[in-house]
Amino acid sequence: MIELRDVHKAFGSKQVLRGVDLFVPKGESMVVIGGSGTGKSVLIKCILGLVQPDRGTILVDGQYVTQADRDAFLARFGMLFQGAALFDSLTVWQNVAFRLLRGSLKRPKPEAREVAIEKLRRVGLTPEVADLYPAELSGGMQKRVGLARAIAAEPEIIFFDEPTTGLDPIMSGVINDLIREIVTEMGATAITITHDMSSVRAIADDVAMLHGGKVRWAGPVGQMDESGDPYLDQFVHGRADGPIEAVR
Amino acid sequence: MTFLAALGRALLTLLSQIGRATIFAFETLSHMVRPPFYVKEFGHAVLTIGYFSLPVVGLTAVFTGGALALQIYSGGARFSAEAVVPQIVAIGMVRELGPVLVGLMIAARVTSSIAAEIATMKVTEQIDALVTLSTHPAKYLTVPRVLAALIVVPALVGIGDIIGILGGFVVGTEQLGFNPGTYLKNTADFLEAADIWSSLAKGAVFGFLAALMGCYFGMNSGRGAQGVGRATKSSVEAAAVLILAANFLLTALFFSA
Repeated sequence: MIELRDVHKAFGSKQVLRGVDLFVPKGESMVVIGGSGTGKSVLIKCILGLVQPDRGTILVDGQYVTQADRDAFLARFGMLFQGAALFDSLTVWQNVAFRLLRGSLKRPKPEAREVAIEKLRRVGLTPEVADLYPAELSGGMQKRVGLARAIAAEPEIIFFDEPTTGLDPIMSGVINDLIREIVTEMGATAITITHDMSSVRAIADDVAMLHGGKVRWAGPVGQMDESGDPYLDQFVHGRADGPIEAVR
Repeated sequence: MTFLAALGRALLTLLSQIGRATIFAFETLSHMVRPPFYVKEFGHAVLTIGYFSLPVVGLTAVFTGGALALQIYSGGARFSAEAVVPQIVAIGMVRELGPVLVGLMIAARVTSSIAAEIATMKVTEQIDALVTLSTHPAKYLTVPRVLAALIVVPALVGIGDIIGILGGFVVGTEQLGFNPGTYLKNTADFLEAADIWSSLAKGAVFGFLAALMGCYFGMNSGRGAQGVGRATKSSVEAAAVLILAANFLLTALFFSA
C-alpha cells in the first residue's frame, strides 16, 4: 500500500506538486495520467526518494519512506524508466541481472545470468539478445530489457514511467499486455505514469489524473468515461477545447 | 550598478561552486574508505585512465624533453653553459614539466571523458536507475575513477619523466654532440630522491583533481546535449586551472627554502 499526503515539490520558482494526496492499495495497478510537465514523473521520484519533497508525507505499507532502511526499501521496488535507462557499458544480461550481481541480493554469476535469461524470455526476448549491448537494440527491445530488469529481483512494487513513449502502436500494445500480465502474475503493486490512453485502459485498475499540481480525479478505470469531470473528460478524449489550456 | 550586480552574482556563483565541489571531494574521500567497493569498475578505470593514456603521455613527454634540450643548449650558449643540458632537462622534466604536462593531458583526455560519460548517464536517467537498483552512484561511478586516477597518474608521471629525459638524451646525443655515457651520468648524478618523490606526489594530486572534476561536473550536469557539453567544458577548465594552481602550491611547499 502506498499513500501520499499533501506532497509539495517546487524546483526554484516553479511549483510542480501543490499538495498531492494519493492512495494505492496493495496489489492494485494505478495509472497516473496528466499533461506534460504536470509532475507525474516527479511524483514517483518522490516516492523512491530520488527527489525530496518540500512538504508532505509518503508512506509505504504504513512506514514513512524517509525513516526506512534505504537498501531494504529500494530492494522492494522495480522501475522501468521512460528511456529504459540501460547501462551502455554492460551487456543486456548484465543490465537485467544488475541487482543480482552486487549488494544484498548478490548471487553467483551463472545463476544471475540464468535468471536474466529467464526474465528476458518472459518479456519476449530470445537468449541470443543476452550478450548484446543496449546500443545494438531497437527502442522496443530496450523497453523490454528495461522491463526485464525491473522485474528481475521479483519486486513487490513496480513503477513504469511512460512505458510506451516513442514506440509504434503494435509495440505499445505488446508492452501494455506484458505489464498487465506481469503485474497480475506477480501480485505486485504498480504505478504507471502515462498520457497514452490505450495504456491506461490496458494496464489500470485505478486511475488518478494530475492537474495543477494536485490529483484532480481518482477512481476505478471503469468510471473514467462517466466521471463528469470536465478536465478528465477533455484529457481522455484528447480535445483541444476545454478547461485545460492547450498552450502551457 | 548593473555591472557590479553581475560581478557579485558571478562571484557568489563561483563561491557556491567551490563550496559544492569541496563537499563533493570530502564525500568522495569518505566513500573511499567505506564498503561496498566495486573492484571491477576500479580495474576498468585503471585501464582507461592509465594504460590507454600511455601513448599520449609518451608522445607529449618525448617531444617536450627533446625541445627542452634544444632550448637549453641554444639559451645556455649565450653564457657558455651548453654543458648543463642533461642536468636541466632532468630537473625540468622531473620537477615541473613531467607532472604538469601529464596532469594537463589527463585533464584533456580523462576529465572530459569522465564528465561526458557521467553527464550522459544523468541525462538518460541511468544515475536514477542506479539508485533504484540499490547502488550508490558515488560509490559505483566516482570512487573507482578517482581512486584509479590517484594511483595511476603518479605512475604515468614517472613514465613521462623517463620518456622526457630520453627525448632530451636522443636530441642531446644525436644532434648536439653529447657523449651518451656522460649525458646519462650527469642526469643520474644531478637528480635527487626528493625531485622524484615530489614529481610523483604532484602526479597523485593532479590525478585526484582531474578525476574529481570530471565526476563532479558530470554528476551536476544540466539537461540535454547542451548540459552534457557544458559539463564537459567546465570540467576540463576547472581541472586545468586547479592542476596549475596546485602545482604552484606544491612547488612552493616542496622547494621553497
